[in-house]
Amino acid sequence: MREIYIRPSWLVIMLILFTVIVFAFDYSAEPLKYEDTGQNNQIAPEEQAIDLTQFPNSEENQKCFKCHGQSKYSYENTEQGRMVNEQMYSELIISPNDFYLSNHRSFKCLDCHSEEYENFPHAGILRMEYQYTCMDCHEGDEIYEKYHFEDINSEYKKSVHAEKLSEEFTCWTCHNPHTYKINARTNENIRETIIYDNTICLDCHSNYRRFQVLTDRERPNLITSHGWLPNQELHIASVRCIECHTEKTSDSALVEHNVLPKEKAVRNCKECHSTNPRLLASLYQYEAQELRSHEGFFQGITTSDSMVIGANRNYLLNIISLLLFAGVIAGIAFHSVLRIIKK
Amino acid sequence: MAQERLYLYPVWLRLWHLINALLCLILIITGISMQLSTPSVVLVGFNTAVTIHNIAGIILTINYLLFFIGNLFTYNGKHYQIEFRGLIKRLITQVKYYTFGIFKGETPPFPITRENKFNPLQRFSYVFIMYLFVPIVFITGWALLYPITIPTTLIGTSGLHLTDLLHIIAGYIISIFMVIHIYFCTIGKSPLSNFKSMIDGYHEPH
Repeated sequence: MREIYIRPSWLVIMLILFTVIVFAFDYSAEPLKYEDTGQNNQIAPEEQAIDLTQFPNSEENQKCFKCHGQSKYSYENTEQGRMVNEQMYSELIISPNDFYLSNHRSFKCLDCHSEEYENFPHAGILRMEYQYTCMDCHEGDEIYEKYHFEDINSEYKKSVHAEKLSEEFTCWTCHNPHTYKINARTNENIRETIIYDNTICLDCHSNYRRFQVLTDRERPNLITSHGWLPNQELHIASVRCIECHTEKTSDSALVEHNVLPKEKAVRNCKECHSTNPRLLASLYQYEAQELRSHEGFFQGITTSDSMVIGANRNYLLNIISLLLFAGVIAGIAFHSVLRIIKK
Repeated sequence: MAQERLYLYPVWLRLWHLINALLCLILIITGISMQLSTPSVVLVGFNTAVTIHNIAGIILTINYLLFFIGNLFTYNGKHYQIEFRGLIKRLITQVKYYTFGIFKGETPPFPITRENKFNPLQRFSYVFIMYLFVPIVFITGWALLYPITIPTTLIGTSGLHLTDLLHIIAGYIISIFMVIHIYFCTIGKSPLSNFKSMIDGYHEPH
């Protein structure tokens, strides 16, 4: 009778081919770029059809958005008796779509800006108008207590941003009041939160035009300065800059604002790659709190859509593997004792 | 009549086996250090463990090529071919020997010959380890070395997580195999004779 042999080499070749085919399909999002593109790293907002009738001030705001909501505006030059088209400075363009998705969407433009802006051309003196900061409205406000504005402010004042950049650097440098929207608490997709938050940092740190407004220092090359970090691109896509560049001092604020000098940034892998991951106290803090309160444990967090070597633990698998290993050792011990006795 | 010593393990095979054994030990120790990393207890420092694990993994793959090509082109490959007909029966016979027969002083049911140097249980487990789990471990290992190449989503879950899980499970099975393999090597003419065989290449018959 003919013998049927299976050559196991085929198994290896098939495994390699299978992996190549699976890996050929990559669905990952385009990661944020470090290098200076000369443009803001802003994510193109999803064009959603927003029902403006839900905003009582939309009609009034439209007077401003007519010019400031687009890249060009038109006005009549009464001296020359002709229509003029001009380009709007990019810094003065507010996307209506972004504004009506932002935290301040229910505001009138004139709630914060001088009523004098109703006149066109705007008076030059209006450039000098006082610009409200977050604390002007939010300090001591019970409604917003859970956001801990006071803690954020005091942490910020200790930061390298406050220390090195003085008054030029305000909350608005990172959080444009026209477009800022709360993210970590509302967005279930941690990847989007990471991109959103890192975009804030990269808007200056990878954009020389914005960087030079704040300082005369040479903009550091982020790729080189992070050269020590293994799998740099993946780290940038998987964690926020602030995970390593801030110090976690309390649980009150979800985002630490005490940005440290670069010498004090975390470089110890074990801060995240261990049983006591820094990420649970920062990036996954909100998810951890939510799971703790709803399900009583937070083991699954870092096993959901990310993988951190040293932090991901599956306790069931750990117990099974330990039991199996103990069983093997016991079996071997039993077998060897019997061999010695029966010799 | 005393059987002759058999030259079963050529130089290339012994060299591969020695390197493979050392690398597996290094990979297991550094792998456990990374997987069970804690802020205080240190088996091997995380950064060091990562570097050593990566280098050992790369050498293991190159070493595997020696094994793979060697078995493809030499007679040694024949020992890794499984004949399916009667396989279960042969496996049971061997298990029976290890669980009962060995204690009664019975002779092994499948004596070692030049044509058949593995008993059915050895052949079966070696094929599974060397042609399934070791390839899984180095394929997933290379993927984890370049994690950016791993698809974000695989079968509805994180591709990175799935790759890591496969790597760890395969690594664990290899570790268990290694413990059992070392123990079974003590079942020879004397407890150390099989270890000696892997140094001088000659098998000492019972």
